[in-house]
Amino acid sequence: MTQSTQAGLLEPAPGSDGTPRPTARPVGGGRRVLRALAPLPWLTPATALILFVVIWPVVSMFLTSRQHFDSMGFDQGSAGWNNFTKLFDEPDLPGVLVRTVIWVVAVVGLTILISLGVAQLFNKQFPGRKVARWMLIAPWAASVVMTSIVFKWMLNPSNGTILVLMHDVGLMKNFNSVNWLSQQTPAFIWEIVVAIFVSVPFTTYALLAGLQAIPDDVYEACRLDGAGAARTYWSITLPLLRPALLVAALINIMNVFNSFPIIYEMTGGGPGNQTSTTTLFMYNTQQTSIGEAAAMSVVNFGFIIVVVLLFLRASRWNSAED
Amino acid sequence: MTTLTAPATRAASASGRQQAPRRLPRPRTVALVGGAYLIGLIFLLPYLEMVITALRPGSELHDRDLFPSHPTLSSFTDIWSTGLGTNLGTSLEIAFGSTALVLLVAIPAAYYTARRNFRGKGLFLLLVLITQMFQPTAMIVGIYQQFLQFNLIDSIWSLILVNAGFNMAFAVWILNAYFSAIPKEIEEAAIVDGCSRIGAMFRVILPLAAPGIVTALIFTFIAAWNEFIVALTLTTQSGPRTLTVKISNFVGEYATDWQHLFAASVIATIPVIILFALIEGKVASGLTAGSVK
Repeated sequence: MTQSTQAGLLEPAPGSDGTPRPTARPVGGGRRVLRALAPLPWLTPATALILFVVIWPVVSMFLTSRQHFDSMGFDQGSAGWNNFTKLFDEPDLPGVLVRTVIWVVAVVGLTILISLGVAQLFNKQFPGRKVARWMLIAPWAASVVMTSIVFKWMLNPSNGTILVLMHDVGLMKNFNSVNWLSQQTPAFIWEIVVAIFVSVPFTTYALLAGLQAIPDDVYEACRLDGAGAARTYWSITLPLLRPALLVAALINIMNVFNSFPIIYEMTGGGPGNQTSTTTLFMYNTQQTSIGEAAAMSVVNFGFIIVVVLLFLRASRWNSAED
Repeated sequence: MTTLTAPATRAASASGRQQAPRRLPRPRTVALVGGAYLIGLIFLLPYLEMVITALRPGSELHDRDLFPSHPTLSSFTDIWSTGLGTNLGTSLEIAFGSTALVLLVAIPAAYYTARRNFRGKGLFLLLVLITQMFQPTAMIVGIYQQFLQFNLIDSIWSLILVNAGFNMAFAVWILNAYFSAIPKEIEEAAIVDGCSRIGAMFRVILPLAAPGIVTALIFTFIAAWNEFIVALTLTTQSGPRTLTVKISNFVGEYATDWQHLFAASVIATIPVIILFALIEGKVASGLTAGSVK
């Protein structure tokens, strides 16, 4: 069951391997050239945009990471690997790397777990389901900058709503006694909470699409075989949901790893670099040393390439080799 | 005695558990609806707080009540004196510009890849997929250096280009799916009736793919509207600042003026949430389309 569904989903689209259509009669050289050139008017604008906006900065980033800049930001020629050695000698870097791992694993893991539950609930038939689903989209549609600023406001020590509510239910005695965003661990935990908050809606929608693709007769067969709800979920729903889960997880990994506004707005990566991930560290370093920031972004880029390769392996592009 | 009754009770309770929901749908439905709305409410709360704070008069800003006792709209009128209109204009120009550019380059590419097989099609689609995976954040240093070289710092054009480039992939996927779903015969019939290929595309194909075009349009618009790090990096204090960057700077500049800050946030956020509600069903499929088909 699992096998066949996956094979169906991951099958390459016809013609995506780039093989030209077989031609009935031999064509002359000029015609062949014309045929090869035919896609150009349609695809050149898109390709040019990708090359200029996406590929060029990658090259520029690599070049910058090997350049030496003086304190005024003027190019002073090649720096060899100096920017990288300077970066790896940063006393803050080990902590930043550890936090980045915690950040990605905690946010993506908890997002997936919560979304699995929410998707299961929203997949049920009940009156007003459409409205309830709409209520979910605000964090997805709104700018993450705005969401982060509201959370910062709701956590302010004197009258933040979250603290007012905690005071009302007796969880907190005095106002102004906790300033979470000024302390490393509580600040980072709250940033993780906000990151989960903005990631759950998309993930839930992606998993809902996956759930709805599971045919009803599979569940029917399961019921006839006498399987309970837990057993059905574990042996039927989860395996059939695997492709959707995989895509949702990988898209989330990219988004969360690249996430900038949450930490930037709530703590700026501070105090010091105590709540920075590599993305924040790169941004903060850019203000003082562009070469070193470029070195950091090359390291970040290496991680992204690894994830993209995993993504391609897991998706239809490479299915022929699997 | 026990050995006899135990299986019997278990069987009875098992069948009871199975049939209870069917006989008594009420409590189950109530729990479902209650749970779903509670979750929905949790995800709405920060935005409600945004609106409530914007409605607070300055004197009640630091009150510990959940709601202001004298709500006022004055923050929404005062805010324009800070030059917010200029920022709104900048954001609109960038969002409209990027959306137009995305449609201009994505429609031909999506149409051609949906209709024809050709050498290099796989490579092109792979390039688009990789573009979707990359985000400007990771390569912001490179983007900054590039636009510095071209002397395009503080130019609206650089922001239009970057936003269009990084959001084109979504438009290509969703349009490709719509174009592929239109039967070739419809197009051929139009050509037999005397339309040129381009004419058939404008008169037949594009109207049929309108829902996909609207989805791509709204998605790109929202993405460009919400974009932050590129707008923050490629503009200076004196240059064109988007609404998002302006609001972010508010936090430092006018730290006590939260009611104004959130009035601006409401203006920047609520229209986007409403627009997004129009396309919500199609966005998840568009975002995952490149990888699983």
